[in-house]
Amino acid sequence: MPQPHLMIHIVPGKCDYCGCCVGVCPEDAIELMESKIAIIEERCTNCRKCVWACPWEVIEFHKEGVAGMPVHTPQILNEPVEFK
Amino acid sequence: MTVYDYDVIVVGAGPAGTTAARYAAAGGAKVLVLEKDRDVGYPVRCGEAVSHEGVSQFIAPDPKWIASTVTKFRLVAPNGSSVLPKLDGGGYVLERRIFDYELAKLAANAGAEVITKAYVYDLLREDGVVTGVRALIKDQKKDIRGRIIIAADGVESRVGKWAGMDTTCHIRDMESCAQMTLSGIEVEEDVLDFYFGDNVSPGGYLWVFPKGKDTANVGLGLSVDQAKKKPAIRFLHEFVERKFPKAAMLTHIAGGVPCAKTNPEIVKGNVILVGDAAHQVNPVSGGGIISGMIGGMIGGQVAAETVQSGDLRHLREYDKRWHKRLGWRHDIFYNIRNAIGGFDDRTYNNICDSALKLPEEKRTLGGIFRAALWNQPSMILDVAKVFVA
Ligand SMILES: Cc1cc2nc3c(=O)[nH]c(=O)nc-3n(C[C@H](O)[C@H](O)[C@H](O)COP(=O)(O)OP(=O)(O)OC[C@H]3O[C@@H](n4cnc5c(N)ncnc54)[C@H](O)[C@@H]3O)c2cc1C
Ligand code: SF4
Ligand code: SF4
Repeated sequence: MPQPHLMIHIVPGKCDYCGCCVGVCPEDAIELMESKIAIIEERCTNCRKCVWACPWEVIEFHKEGVAGMPVHTPQILNEPVEFK
Repeated sequence: MTVYDYDVIVVGAGPAGTTAARYAAAGGAKVLVLEKDRDVGYPVRCGEAVSHEGVSQFIAPDPKWIASTVTKFRLVAPNGSSVLPKLDGGGYVLERRIFDYELAKLAANAGAEVITKAYVYDLLREDGVVTGVRALIKDQKKDIRGRIIIAADGVESRVGKWAGMDTTCHIRDMESCAQMTLSGIEVEEDVLDFYFGDNVSPGGYLWVFPKGKDTANVGLGLSVDQAKKKPAIRFLHEFVERKFPKAAMLTHIAGGVPCAKTNPEIVKGNVILVGDAAHQVNPVSGGGIISGMIGGMIGGQVAAETVQSGDLRHLREYDKRWHKRLGWRHDIFYNIRNAIGGFDDRTYNNICDSALKLPEEKRTLGGIFRAALWNQPSMILDVAKVFVA
C-alpha cells in the first residue's frame, strides 16, 4: 500500500511505457517493465520531474498524498528477490 | 573463481545494443543480449529518419526496411514561409520494426544469443564486484554471469546507475516527445518536414517524416523545461487537428530523447554504457540511431578486445575512442542546441528569410546554420568546426 508521504501517482492503464520519466528521475525511483510501471515509494522524493517529463500527462501530483489510490505494480516489486 | 556464462551481456536490443553485440561477437566474445520487450524493434518510438551515409556504414540499404527515400528537407517558419534545401547525400525514413530486427539478425549471425521478454532488474554482485545481471526471463528469475556488461537500455536506462554512474538526464536536456503515424494524408514522399515556433514546439521542432505518399510519422519534441507548461501531446493534437483533420491514426506513442552531452561517465569497472543510455544522441537533431550504433560498435569492439587481453583497464579505451569519433562533435552540438533553444518566432522567421536569400546551391543545412547564427559571433567558431570537420 502506498504510504501517505507519496504524492506521485501514475494513472493505471494510461501509461505508454516510454521511459521518459525514468530518464529524468534522480532517485532511480521508477520501475518500468514492458507494460507495467510503478513508483518505488521508499526512494521517491516527490520532486515532480517525472510529472513534467511525461509527454502524455499521465503522472499526477497530489499534495495530500496518494494512499489508497489504485496502483500499477510491476511484478518484480511484489516478490521478494530470491538468491539461487 | 567465478565461472562466467558469457563474456559480454548486453542489456537492451535497440540499435545500440544489437550493434554492440554484433561487434563483440565478431571480436570473438561469447555474447548474450537481453531485451525486456516481447519483440525486438517494437514498439517503435522513433521518427525513423537516418542519413544514407550513416546507415550504410553498418548495413546495405534494403527496400524491406525503407519506407521512403528522402532527398530534401523543408524548414517551415512560424509565419508559414519555408525553405527546401537539399539533403546532402540523401537519407531514409526507416521501417524500424524491420530494421531493428535485421540488426539483431546481424548480431545473431556473428554468434550472439538474443533473448526477449527478459527484464534485467538488477546487477549481480558477488564479494562487492559486478559479476553479471539479475533478470526476469519469461517470468522466471535468473542470475546470469558475465565478465562485461554493456548497458544499452535506452532513455530509461537504470543499469548505469546500479553500477554507480549518474545517468540522470537534466530536465532541460530531456526532450519530451509525442508522435503519431498518420495515414490517409498527402505528403511529399522525398521530403522531411520540420516545423518551428511557439505554436508547434517552443524551443524544439515538429517533424513530418513521410512513409510513402499517404502516410507519415508526425511528432514533436520539446525540452521538459517547456513541456512543464504544456505537454507534448497537446501540441501534437492541436497540430494534427489543424493540418491533418481527416487522418487515420495508425500508431500513437510517447517517448523521451536525452539531448545532452555524452554522459560524463560511460565506463565503470566492467560496465559500459552505449546509445541513449550513454546520452549518445545528436543534441541538435535528437537523432540517436546512427550515433548510438557508432557507440555500440566501439563499445562492442573494445569489450571483445578486453576479453581477449584479460585486462579490464582496457575498457577505458571505449571512452577515448567514442570522444575522438563523435563525442567531441556532440559537445559542440550541445552548445548550438542551447542557442537554438532560445530562438523565438521572430528569429525563426528571420532565419527563413535569410536562407531564402542564399543562392540555391548554398541552401544546405550548414549554409542555413551559418546564416542563422551570424549574429551570434561566439557561436560562429563552434559552427565552423562542426561543418568543416
Ligand atoms: C519520438 C522519437 C523520435 C525519434 N526520431 C528519431 C529519428 O528520426 N532519427 C534518429 O536517428 N533518432 C530518433 N530518435 C532517437 C532514437 O530513437 C534513439 O536514439 C535510439 O532508438 C537509441 O537506440 P538505443 O539502442 O540506445 O535505445 P533503444 O532503441 O531505446 O533500445 C533500448 C532497449 O532496451 C530495452 N530495455 C530497457 N531497459 C531494459 C531492462 N531493464 N532489461 C532489458 N531490456 C531493457 C528496451 O526495451 C529497448 O528495446 C527518436 C526518439 C523518439 C523518442
Ligand atoms: S517525483 Fe521525482 S523522485 Fe519521485 S519518481 Fe518522480 S522524478 Fe523520481
Ligand atoms: S513518461 Fe509517462 S507515458 Fe512515459 S513511461 Fe513515464 S508515465 Fe508512462
